Amino acid sequence: MYDVIVIGGGPAGMAAACAAHDSGLRNILIVERDVELGGILNQCIHNGFGLGYFKEQLTGPEYAHRFIERVHHKGIQVMLDTMVLDLSTEEAEGGKGPAKKIVTVVGKETGFRKLEAKSVILAMGCRERTRGAINTPGMRPAGVLTAGAAQRYVNVDGYMPGKKVVILGSGDIGLIMARRMTLEGAKVLACVEVMPFCGGLARNVVQCLDDFGIPLYLSHTVTDIKGRDRIEQVVVSKVDDKMRPIPGTEMYFDCDTLLLSVGLIPENELSLKAGIKVDSKSNGTVVHENMETTVEGFFACGNVAHVHDLVDNVTREAEKAGRSAAEYVLSNYYTLWVQNQICSGCGTSTYYRKKGDIVKFLPPSPDGAAFKMGKNEVICTVCPNGCHLKVHVEHDYKVTGNGCPKGKAYGKAEFTNPTRVITSTVKLKAAGDNEALDSRIPVKTSNPIPKTEIMNLMKVIDEIELTERPEIGQVLVRDVLGLDANLIVAKG
Amino acid sequence: MENKYDVLVIGCGVIGAAAAYELSKYDLRVGILEKGNDVSLGTTKANSAIIHAGFDPESGTLMAKLNVRGSELAAEICEKLDVPYRRNGAMVVAFSEDEVQTLKGLYTRGTVNGVKGLRVLTGEEAREREPGLSPEVKGALYAPTSAIISPWEYCLALAETAVINGSDLMLNTEVTAMSREDDLWKVTTNKGEYFAPYVVNAAGVDAISVHEMAAPSNYVSKPRRGEYFLLDKSEGTRTDHTIFQCPNADGKGVLVTPTVHGNLLVGPNSENVDWDNTANTTAGLNFVRETAKRSIPGILFNKSIRNFAGVRATTDHKDFIIEEAAPGFIDCAGICSPGLSAAPAIGEYAVELLEKSGMKAEPKENFICERKRIRFNELTDEEKAEIVKEDPSYGRVICRCETVTEGEILECFRRPIPPVSIDGVKRRVGTGMGRCQGGFCGPRISELFVQEYGYDVTEVLQDRAGSEMFVGKTKEGR
Repeated sequence: MYDVIVIGGGPAGMAAACAAHDSGLRNILIVERDVELGGILNQCIHNGFGLGYFKEQLTGPEYAHRFIERVHHKGIQVMLDTMVLDLSTEEAEGGKGPAKKIVTVVGKETGFRKLEAKSVILAMGCRERTRGAINTPGMRPAGVLTAGAAQRYVNVDGYMPGKKVVILGSGDIGLIMARRMTLEGAKVLACVEVMPFCGGLARNVVQCLDDFGIPLYLSHTVTDIKGRDRIEQVVVSKVDDKMRPIPGTEMYFDCDTLLLSVGLIPENELSLKAGIKVDSKSNGTVVHENMETTVEGFFACGNVAHVHDLVDNVTREAEKAGRSAAEYVLSNYYTLWVQNQICSGCGTSTYYRKKGDIVKFLPPSPDGAAFKMGKNEVICTVCPNGCHLKVHVEHDYKVTGNGCPKGKAYGKAEFTNPTRVITSTVKLKAAGDNEALDSRIPVKTSNPIPKTEIMNLMKVIDEIELTERPEIGQVLVRDVLGLDANLIVAKG
Repeated sequence: MENKYDVLVIGCGVIGAAAAYELSKYDLRVGILEKGNDVSLGTTKANSAIIHAGFDPESGTLMAKLNVRGSELAAEICEKLDVPYRRNGAMVVAFSEDEVQTLKGLYTRGTVNGVKGLRVLTGEEAREREPGLSPEVKGALYAPTSAIISPWEYCLALAETAVINGSDLMLNTEVTAMSREDDLWKVTTNKGEYFAPYVVNAAGVDAISVHEMAAPSNYVSKPRRGEYFLLDKSEGTRTDHTIFQCPNADGKGVLVTPTVHGNLLVGPNSENVDWDNTANTTAGLNFVRETAKRSIPGILFNKSIRNFAGVRATTDHKDFIIEEAAPGFIDCAGICSPGLSAAPAIGEYAVELLEKSGMKAEPKENFICERKRIRFNELTDEEKAEIVKEDPSYGRVICRCETVTEGEILECFRRPIPPVSIDGVKRRVGTGMGRCQGGFCGPRISELFVQEYGYDVTEVLQDRAGSEMFVGKTKEGR
């Protein structure tokens, strides 16, 4: 019997497993449905991860890599390419003690098995809302897909879904994909948001839309999709304060792709099978302060509990879940239990464990004002705080409004020589002639490069063809284009 | 003559497939000409997925006769061909005393049509059976023989059986002209000429175009679009019966029904369109939503996972048009609702008309009428363990939402009518039908097309020809 089975090997699952190990558990198993650990981080090749947790800028795969190494180092067991089909509980022998947790899994290598555990940590993450959830009218041609699906196609498989793109919704993945599609040679015509404010982080508006001159239409939505087999055009209309389209405000965009970035939903269908309570509005797992769910011995963390903006926060929350699971198992379940009340009728006692109050997760408040930029004002993109900087150009670029010294340097640079760290992928040619097995390897510049050089850099990146899988951190091009930055591999 | 057949069937929706299935029971050379890249691409893939009991069509019509017969045959065929089918029963609900009178009329009509087990219930009795029904429901007609079905798998199973029994299915083959030469129909297509003494026109919304190639025009096509919501499985138990409202001039009205796949289906409205316009509209969807809430107020429409629309092949005739329109040329036109329910009976009737027209049909000695496929999700734990041991590809779950395995997908690639698109795989094994709508499994299935068929990635289709998923690869052809 495992001490704990962690379902999901993304950032939440890995951090929870590591924390459970640090808290003294040894028989830990992570079950991951993909063929590698890392979860959705593997397709998030952009940087900006880790500032909170590691105090440095990492790409998604680099962030994942640090935890993958920890998992292996600690000797945590991992089942890859394995799907959890069912979660249930089985009464302990003689009805004494907490119920056994049964995790039914299936995998090509794993086979079909029922695993037993003392505790379970749910870390299944979330999925994207789709067109069907928002009932966008129009035809249903190819070329309408969620931003996350497009991200996987472009960054992992190396497939281009289209060349002329409209993005519906201003969630972070949509903004990130606006930049990615542009870097890969597509034209992003517009980003359309039904709310009067942007859904994603301010810094993503700056570095993903503004940097490339992509317009953001707030209080607008897609009111028609045209094209029988492949999308040909979308119609965008302004909406009123009740979010109803206003006739006569239609704009027509000829495009071959519509990406949707209209929200994320915690993936809790499995949790429901174990009788765990799920919030009907957010679909997040209902949890106590110690991240325990409403069913004893089941903990939840990361985007399955509620959707997070930043992976750093997922990690911290998951560590808490891992510690709580360890405490639960090591305390032999019972020691923490407190006698609650004795039934006056039959004299039996009921007990409860101290697991804190139910946590209410509030949605982040939109930073609507952030985009009303005055002259000489910029949003700092160094960290997710998105400080609103005022740069006094006439006073030697003195910066006000910054929360840290990095903001000062950023503000000045934006007006003298704006620079960006660029992330992309390079081709990995499969051995032999089997093009089907070609894939893409994430890369980044080791330092920021001038904004004006971005597309020149992309031409260099396009030409690179690796024939074998490189090491993380390996330098592919030294001092690329003489820009004082190396092009390095950003995935382990 | 290589392209000479005894019978050519034009169109491979459920009607064409049913005709071919029926014809393949006889010693005949049957060819099926389908303009799409797959079967089941028209009205068959976008409808209410109901096998109607048969109380709705006016007594004495072809619709009434073929609906009742077709519904009986459907139960047998689905059993033999392993098509998802469940006799869940239906209720037509009334919201006023006038409508209660309408129910009584339907009861009488249904009984004359030969529908078994009809009963008129009070509002209370109806709510006892279906607690989600509105308190406004004053009465209901209960039809226990009404059923739900997977329409595309039905069509596919019929077409596969025809192919297994020797019929030729020609996909991507669009009929452009027809002429009669020496007692033979010459059918010209984009892929060359085909010849046969007998032709069955089952071209759905396009049946009128085919008709006009062979015979003078005698009906007018009036296609009508219906829009739907498909809701998550968490709403799939909102009702167990199919709930209709009282029929009106536009058809059977908005229904609420579980699907055989466990979802909730709500729709359709009814709106005239030019030809095959399957776009969804905000007005249409709003109408469907509001109307359905009258029957079952508790439906959570925020659990919607997909909208779609289908076009009914209606004409200016009230009844189906199934007749010999020219020598040896049988029209199956105007097949609107209850066309899916009537399909196998339409197949039988078409053969009857062909025989009347002089076609000689000897039953085959070795007609094969069986089909089985593995649905991993429906296996017991023991069966799951067994099959994964035998073939590990059944251990890799490709579609998370519907729990469809790689083994099932690879198996459908090897069936008599293999898929050529992501949606083709969806219709065969159910991938991408769930709440994420293919976001997670799309990439995996694209890869399988590349690996199994040696496709270039730019050849991977979402659905019909022209629906390419990708324009190319990154780093190439900027």
